[in-house]
Amino acid sequence: MEILMSVVVGILFMVGTYLILTKSLLRIILGTGIISHGVHLLLLTMAGLKTGAPPLLGENAALYTDPLPQALILTAIVISFGVTGFFFVLAYRAYKELGTDDMDKLRGNDHE
Amino acid sequence: MNNLVVLPIVLPILTGIILIFFRNQIGLQRWISFISLLFLIGLAANIVQQVYVDGIQTLYLGGWLPPFGIVLVADMFASLLVLTTAIVALSCLWFSFRSIGIEREKHYYYPFFHFLIAGVSGSFLTGDIFNLFVFFEVMLISSYVLIVLGATKIQLRETLKYLLVNIVSSALFVASVAFLYAITGTLNMADLSVRVAEVGQTGLLNVVALLFLVVFGLKAGLFLYFWLPGSYSAPPTPVAALFAGLLTKVGIYAIFRTFTLIFYHQPGITHEVMAWMAAATMILGVIGAIAFSDVRQVLAFNVVAGVGFIIFGLAAFTTASFQGAIFYLIHDMIVKALLFLLGGAVIGIAGTSHLKKMGGLIKYHPSLGWMFFIAALALAGVPPLSGFIGKLLIVQGGLTAEFYWITGISLATSLLILYSIIKVFMHAFWGETKLSPKEEKGSEKGLLAPCAILVFLSFALGLGADYLYPYIEVAAETLMDPSIYIQAVLKE
Repeated sequence: MEILMSVVVGILFMVGTYLILTKSLLRIILGTGIISHGVHLLLLTMAGLKTGAPPLLGENAALYTDPLPQALILTAIVISFGVTGFFFVLAYRAYKELGTDDMDKLRGNDHE
Repeated sequence: MNNLVVLPIVLPILTGIILIFFRNQIGLQRWISFISLLFLIGLAANIVQQVYVDGIQTLYLGGWLPPFGIVLVADMFASLLVLTTAIVALSCLWFSFRSIGIEREKHYYYPFFHFLIAGVSGSFLTGDIFNLFVFFEVMLISSYVLIVLGATKIQLRETLKYLLVNIVSSALFVASVAFLYAITGTLNMADLSVRVAEVGQTGLLNVVALLFLVVFGLKAGLFLYFWLPGSYSAPPTPVAALFAGLLTKVGIYAIFRTFTLIFYHQPGITHEVMAWMAAATMILGVIGAIAFSDVRQVLAFNVVAGVGFIIFGLAAFTTASFQGAIFYLIHDMIVKALLFLLGGAVIGIAGTSHLKKMGGLIKYHPSLGWMFFIAALALAGVPPLSGFIGKLLIVQGGLTAEFYWITGISLATSLLILYSIIKVFMHAFWGETKLSPKEEKGSEKGLLAPCAILVFLSFALGLGADYLYPYIEVAAETLMDPSIYIQAVLKE
């Protein structure tokens, strides 16, 4: 299972990197979203997949699952959700003001 | 347990929330912001003194004991930086009153200013590596808003890049935390230090350490600074000054914390890499500073060169170089903010940021000119001012650690930095006066007082170094000997 998850994480990173390297702004944003999904899965996998009972008081089991990674992932998801939302709004505004979503045309150091 | 430790985070957040309710009362917003920052300075000074007298102060959030819960730790290094942050923030805030413009003030400039301060203080004070990530994000999200607020074309364009770089580096940050958690099974920095020492910093942990170096290097502009000059020249002056004074410094702090507390066992690998990255940063930064003839670009590249210098102090890994790096870090926060503020005032008056188009400002603006000159000398490290002692100690530490080449590079860099900044001074203030007082695009009214605070501090740090030195000594000692930190947090 861990091997499968690692492969999935690798594919997500690959797709995300490819998308970020494209010119279109919308694809770049989708790329950041996919990379952050990859990172969250990585965090889940690295901390160990399900190995025992839920960590609840009163439940008698030899092994408990570590609940911490889920808490961390939840935090990371909330943050990446907020940032992605901001990125979309920013991209829309930038598209309206600058008239392009092509990153090639957004380079340059000339000052207005 | 000391509840005072959490206040530098809670106070700005509360202030920010309160300010949201007074959107249209600009005067009130200014007063509340100003008073809140004055309180913050008092608080931070109080914490510094307590740490000096009683040792490291900690707070277990929610009452959860250390390896399990989140812990806030105020050691001398962190609390000195919180104090400097508060002072730099106060002068940037004061500068904003006259220069930021009413539209930005109405659109929640001050609330986000305070949220940014909360993020910066939180990053300094936290003792948990995942919590460090969260405070980084608090700081970064506020910075995204501040950098784009006003939405001019150049701001929108540069924010897109700034946002993308930071999202990618944050993703890498979480990934490296995941690897670290898989190997050690803990997130508390003191506990991490203990466990890494137990298992030994071998192959896999070295990889994780270098991954952290890349992540924090991106945030601090250490070698991976390609995003910095563009982003720092886009926003209005007080925001740029705040970024130059605080944001990269948080990255530098994170490098210091992880590589003195957790990954300090293999300096032959990690610190060697760091030293050469620092050398490359200094060289490339100073080349940029000399090559450009735009005030904002010159100043932004100066930030880059400064980062290299401080990290070299860490890489040399001796007590003297640590003391020097801490001293220089504090000096750099003050002087970089000062230079950005003064540069902004110059641009405001001349109406252009291009050096060749301005000149002779000293005729009508003598005090601005003299302040700029003093700031330039402080930056280069001319003796009575604050940069000198830090540079002296770093060079001394570098020579002790037998980094002869890089020490040479750092000295040459200082000289070229002086050249680049004096070039700005000569073009802007000397020569033929191009604008009569009537033709000037802006005025310096109300802008000089906040700069004067920082000029005074630069003098005070240089002349009063004897009084500051015991505090620096304590801070460097804690960094040099991780067991002091571990003892204070875990109380074994």
